[in-house]
Amino acid sequence: MLLKTKALTKNFGGLTALNKVDFEIEEGEIVAIIGPNGAGKSTFFNLISGYYPSCSGNISFMGKDMTRTPTHKFACMGIGRTFQTTNLFTDSTVLDNLIIGYRSKTKMGMFDAIFNTSRARRDEGASREKAEEVLDFIGLTAAKWQPVGNISQEAAKRLAIGLALVAEPRLLLLDEPAAGVNHGETSELAGLIKKIQQTGITVCLIEHKMQMVMNLAHRIMVLNYGSKIAEGTPKEISNNERVIAAYLGGRANA
Amino acid sequence: MFVFLKKPKFWAYLVLLAVAIVFPFISPNRYYLTVVTLSFIYAIAVYGLNLIVGYLGQLSLAQAGFFGLGAYVSGLLSLKLHMSFWLTMPLAAVATTVVALMVGLISFRTRGHYFVILTLCIGVIIHLVIEKWDDLTGGVRGLIGIPRPTSIGPIDFISLESQYYLVLAFLMLTIFVMSRIASSLVGRTFKSIRNSEELAATLGINVMNNKLLAFGIAAFFTGIAGALFAGYIRFIGPDICNPNLTFEFLLFLLIGGQATIAGPLVGTLVANGLTESLQFMQEYRMVVFGILLILIVRFFPGGLAGETRILITKLENRFNKRKKSRTNAPSKGESHATKDQGFN
Amino acid sequence: MNLLIQQTVNGLTLGSIYCLVALGLTLIYGIMEVPNFAHGHFYMIGGYVTFFMMTLYGINYWVSALISGLVLAVCGILLERLVFNPMRHTPHSNQFIAAVGAMLFLEASARVLWGSDFRSIPAIYDKVLVFGGVRLTEQRLIIIAGAVVLMVVLYIFLKHTMIGSTIEAMAQNRDGASLVGIDVNRVAMLTFAVASILASAAASLAGPIFLVYPAMGSLIIMKAFVIIVIGGMGSIPGAVLGSFILGMTESLGATYISSSYKDVIAFAILVLILSLKPSGLFAKGAR
Repeated sequence: MLLKTKALTKNFGGLTALNKVDFEIEEGEIVAIIGPNGAGKSTFFNLISGYYPSCSGNISFMGKDMTRTPTHKFACMGIGRTFQTTNLFTDSTVLDNLIIGYRSKTKMGMFDAIFNTSRARRDEGASREKAEEVLDFIGLTAAKWQPVGNISQEAAKRLAIGLALVAEPRLLLLDEPAAGVNHGETSELAGLIKKIQQTGITVCLIEHKMQMVMNLAHRIMVLNYGSKIAEGTPKEISNNERVIAAYLGGRANA
Repeated sequence: MFVFLKKPKFWAYLVLLAVAIVFPFISPNRYYLTVVTLSFIYAIAVYGLNLIVGYLGQLSLAQAGFFGLGAYVSGLLSLKLHMSFWLTMPLAAVATTVVALMVGLISFRTRGHYFVILTLCIGVIIHLVIEKWDDLTGGVRGLIGIPRPTSIGPIDFISLESQYYLVLAFLMLTIFVMSRIASSLVGRTFKSIRNSEELAATLGINVMNNKLLAFGIAAFFTGIAGALFAGYIRFIGPDICNPNLTFEFLLFLLIGGQATIAGPLVGTLVANGLTESLQFMQEYRMVVFGILLILIVRFFPGGLAGETRILITKLENRFNKRKKSRTNAPSKGESHATKDQGFN
Repeated sequence: MNLLIQQTVNGLTLGSIYCLVALGLTLIYGIMEVPNFAHGHFYMIGGYVTFFMMTLYGINYWVSALISGLVLAVCGILLERLVFNPMRHTPHSNQFIAAVGAMLFLEASARVLWGSDFRSIPAIYDKVLVFGGVRLTEQRLIIIAGAVVLMVVLYIFLKHTMIGSTIEAMAQNRDGASLVGIDVNRVAMLTFAVASILASAAASLAGPIFLVYPAMGSLIIMKAFVIIVIGGMGSIPGAVLGSFILGMTESLGATYISSSYKDVIAFAILVLILSLKPSGLFAKGAR
């Protein structure tokens, strides 16, 4: 068991965005979370990546309780994530983004910087090396000197995934990785996700593109109005009546 | 081995240093020497501000408070306890750092406008306390007759020239430390926080610790600047912690270019040079500077150094494109293509 | 006991002045989300205009105050057009710096034009009234009454006029307001005008007691910021409440705690509040 949530709940004011969700992610799998808009998918992600504190319930990762852990520790513990709206350091280059992504793995501090100690040189070297490695993995080596503002939407999506990968996570959370990219690019991204899973990293994604989800995921959780309404293999989910009703209902409301 | 010998930047720095060293001999009069020495002292404080405002992206307006704190701690220790400058200065720097860290612990929990207002108010508190604590600080009369920096062996600091070199040494130390930090992973971490705190935290960066680190380093050097000021001017009043001085530091920084290494020095020298050389500026100084501040943030947020760099990058890119079409290899020049402007 | 009543009245006087200044600041913040650092210096200019109208041209106090309000309204609109409007999409710290620039410009201009002397608006209501041992100057009562009248007028304006309710709507939801076809530019200019009129009114009222000098805006603007942080940035009732809390605290604090540290009180309160609640007492509008 890599990650486990128990009765995880989040309220915003009077609104319950997530209601007592129990969920487990097994090491090595690709799981997907689906549901109509506003179902609480992103809230769930924000909780299990430590972005918000939960209101009640708990989260454990690799057997450790993470419920009250500050945001930055989640990355150090091995949970990496991307955001729905692609979130990058817009004022630096592709390579520099990835170098910062590796920062949590390096130890150099102020004195190392001032005296340019061997640790500083080692850390800078390691960051650079790791960044280049990830660049190669996500296929952006050619764009490494480009300012982030100059790269395409699809490249930015890859870079965001790369940014989460540099810190060597055990669990990678992808929030709508294929939103806003065209069909061909979607299948390329799906390929990348598959490739990530093959390196031994567990992937959990939120996605609206059903075809992509059905092809990629080993398991799917369905959220509606903040609650889990179904969980199972893609096949089970596609035949689940509550899921179909939720989606139809969701559409009827929209 | 000696690759730096081939870098034009290295030679540029060497020339600048040589100019700085011979300046007392070529300076037409002693007045200019005083102005430049004073500018160097301010520049050290502006380097501190640059680390927080430029690199970390947090508009902290307590800077003059820290400058004044350094000056008063150093001045009081030497006046009342007759300590040597070489003891009072490090103590002033440490005291300023400790206060700054406490201020940081409170203020970095706030965001946006709240942070700016809070730091400004802390600056005002420091100013008011120094002004009102008559028994200790001498109130509005200030501290008079602060001893000069004590001589080290045969080197004394009585002449203007020797004081100039003393300040220059500290300025060089500041620039050295700041450029080391800026170009290291530590500096990049600060910049990542400026760009997006949320993303930095998601990537496992401890935002609070990094902010405190930057704040502490900045305050340390600001404290040194304060101590140098006290030892150089030898008379200090509560005006040196007035928020107006913070605004001047901010102006020097913006003229020179935030988040650049040259910026604070260039800005401080240019702004002070202008004021001193144009007599009419004396009276209209802040009228002009107020407008200048608005014009800079509106039209030239990069400042002199930043805008120059952007220009160089553009030229370099054009040049590289031509070269690339021949060699077809990505060039290092483009790595400077990032525009360091804005605060967020 | 008499001292307590005396100081309470002084606190109300002080609170009234703070209130008029803070109301404008909070209005501008609510509508534009800009911290108008120059607002305190509008207060200063308002004081000067009234002073010169009375001393140079011998115009009646109330008419002078009215003229000062109109002059300041124009200044406010100019500031909005020239500085804040072009910068509305820049990072908040750039707007802050621009506001500081405007502030430095105004203070320095006042120094160049009118010198650094302290001046006092001629007092026409300087009779001292005695109520059972408590001595009050008429001007203090006028300040309190004036502030109350202006607050009522502002309330009616915001609640019962078309354009006023637009301002309120926009303060609550800027994006929503532009969606329903509100002319954002017009509202912004109007807000600056109203805010500046309030500041000048504060100065005209305060001028006969507190003095008029170029730096008079720097301390009050910082206190006004403290007030709107206490009251919740952008909140109108919060600004009113905060002003009187601060006015009373300062007045009583000066008497019973320490008169030389009375100015520190405001800032100490702010530090305390933000240490305990980093997003302000009322989190709405916090960015």
